[in-house]
Amino acid sequence: MQKWKEKAVKLGLLGASSTSILIVLLIFFYLIKEALPFALDPGLSSLSGSLWAPTSMLKESFGILPLLTGSLLVTAMATIIAIPVGVIAAIYISEIARPAEREVLKPFIELLAALPSVVIGFFGLVVFVPLVKSVFGLSTGLTALTGALLLALMAIPTIISISEDAISSVPSSYKQASLALGASKLETIFKITVPAALSGIVASITLGIGRVIGETMAVLMVTGNAAVVTMNPLTSVRTMTATIAAEMGEVAFGSHHYRALFWVALILLGITFALNILAQKALSKYKLG
Amino acid sequence: MVMIGNQTPPQIDEPEIEIDVQNLDFYYGKHQALHDICMSVPKGMVTALIGPSGCGKSTFLRTLNRMNDIIGGTRVEGKIVIQSKDIYAPNIDVVMLRKRVGMVFQKPNPFPKSIFENVAYGPRIHGIKNRAQLQEIVERSLVRAAIWDEVKDRLHISGLELSGGQQQRLCIARALAVDPDILLMDEPASALDPRSTQRIEDLIAELRGDYTIVIVTHNMQQAARVSDYTAFFYEGHLIEFGKTERIFTKPNNKQTEDYITGRFG
Ligand SMILES: Nc1ncnc2c1ncn2[C@@H]1O[C@H](COP(=O)(O)OP(=O)(O)O)[C@@H](O)[C@H]1O
Ligand SMILES: [Mg+2]
Repeated sequence: MQKWKEKAVKLGLLGASSTSILIVLLIFFYLIKEALPFALDPGLSSLSGSLWAPTSMLKESFGILPLLTGSLLVTAMATIIAIPVGVIAAIYISEIARPAEREVLKPFIELLAALPSVVIGFFGLVVFVPLVKSVFGLSTGLTALTGALLLALMAIPTIISISEDAISSVPSSYKQASLALGASKLETIFKITVPAALSGIVASITLGIGRVIGETMAVLMVTGNAAVVTMNPLTSVRTMTATIAAEMGEVAFGSHHYRALFWVALILLGITFALNILAQKALSKYKLG
Repeated sequence: MVMIGNQTPPQIDEPEIEIDVQNLDFYYGKHQALHDICMSVPKGMVTALIGPSGCGKSTFLRTLNRMNDIIGGTRVEGKIVIQSKDIYAPNIDVVMLRKRVGMVFQKPNPFPKSIFENVAYGPRIHGIKNRAQLQEIVERSLVRAAIWDEVKDRLHISGLELSGGQQQRLCIARALAVDPDILLMDEPASALDPRSTQRIEDLIAELRGDYTIVIVTHNMQQAARVSDYTAFFYEGHLIEFGKTERIFTKPNNKQTEDYITGRFG
């Protein structure tokens, strides 16, 4: 009887997990199926151009380079902003803050992590856009930098909470040994505690970035939606996710434009997949020791 | 004894004092853990702190390098004079104090770093950057801690890969690397097997003379074997302090006698 029950549970679990795998595979195949005809006509080489003008009356162009650079620019800047802020905040909360401060800060960080991205996007529209505009004296505050600030805001809570976990689980015996040798509190933090928590910190960063790389709504709202190839943070850009979100609703089914959007989605999927594998690796190393 | 005038004649075997504790009280918040401790720890000798669990041995040990400072809400009254300086005076540099007063913990706690980096950590903190000099210090400290022969071919492996006994000797090497005068040990062998314990005791005998050692132990035989002086603590009070030989043969105090004969604790 017991055995039979166990078997049923196992079977149920197997069913559930294979269903989810099946769904992921289905999505993947659907993407490929919708994207594939584009490879024959007009051909994959047309994706490599630097002009994204899928609805042009003169000549349709499907160069995804501006979208790729747009995503890259926004994500890279977000990463550069989010890492130091997130890690330093995590160090502060776990090593320096008084218990009373910690009691306030930790739930606040969790609240921030739970905010829907549209809310953060709206916040960006109201706060960051005018701020960027006036600080840099621009004609519009809808820039790559604005998007990066927003994405950083979304990545930071993830980075803080996982890093904080990793840092505060460093055994206090290490810190005591360091202090007893005459190291200062800061030396102990940067030479003992942070290195001991490093793989957890790396995992938090990969997960934080993983969270924002697929982020759509917030960036769509504040980056200005101009598909240009640029590395200037103070210009408007357009990311891959924003492009799909903005154009998929209006595109003619089966058109070149429609299929090009599926290629964008495929490439995005590939990048996210690769990042997730990296995050998993970093996390499992962190769990092992 | 013949008295000259009303002065005590200078005694030949009067030891030089390294740590002079005067009327020390210690509080964890409202809880007073040490009461009016007065004790002179002789230089170059091994002093054992014994007493039942919870009597304040570790607390007392940690007042000597101010490791209690890192626990919130603690308070010290009285004086501890080390090398003629009151270590709780406001102008004292805790970094320099801890450089002079090394500590070995109950549970071996090497850093999750290589053996080399474990030992080099202290000297680096205190400003030594030259690689050759660091190498020399690491070797000397590991030799001194009687672990060099076991690790000399694998200084790059993690300190955590060593056995418990080796880890503890590595921790002793790490403490010696900053060239302290005093070594505090809080039950350094209590987590180790008998053979490793033996090696630690041999090592203490080796270090005796060059370092002033204060060791907490709950093991009476160990105190008798390794120490020159013994302090018996009970409920936060220093009940009796004197030459180990005398404490173990002719204790002045009834409580001391009861404790060392195993009647309680
Ligand atoms: N961090 C601490 N906070 C509050 N009380 C403590 C702390 N550490 C020790 N004590 C208390 O101080 C007393 C002495 O403890 P301790 O010095 O650890 O004794 P021993 O080392 O002799 O076993 C005990 O009553 C213990 O409960
Ligand atoms: Mg103790």
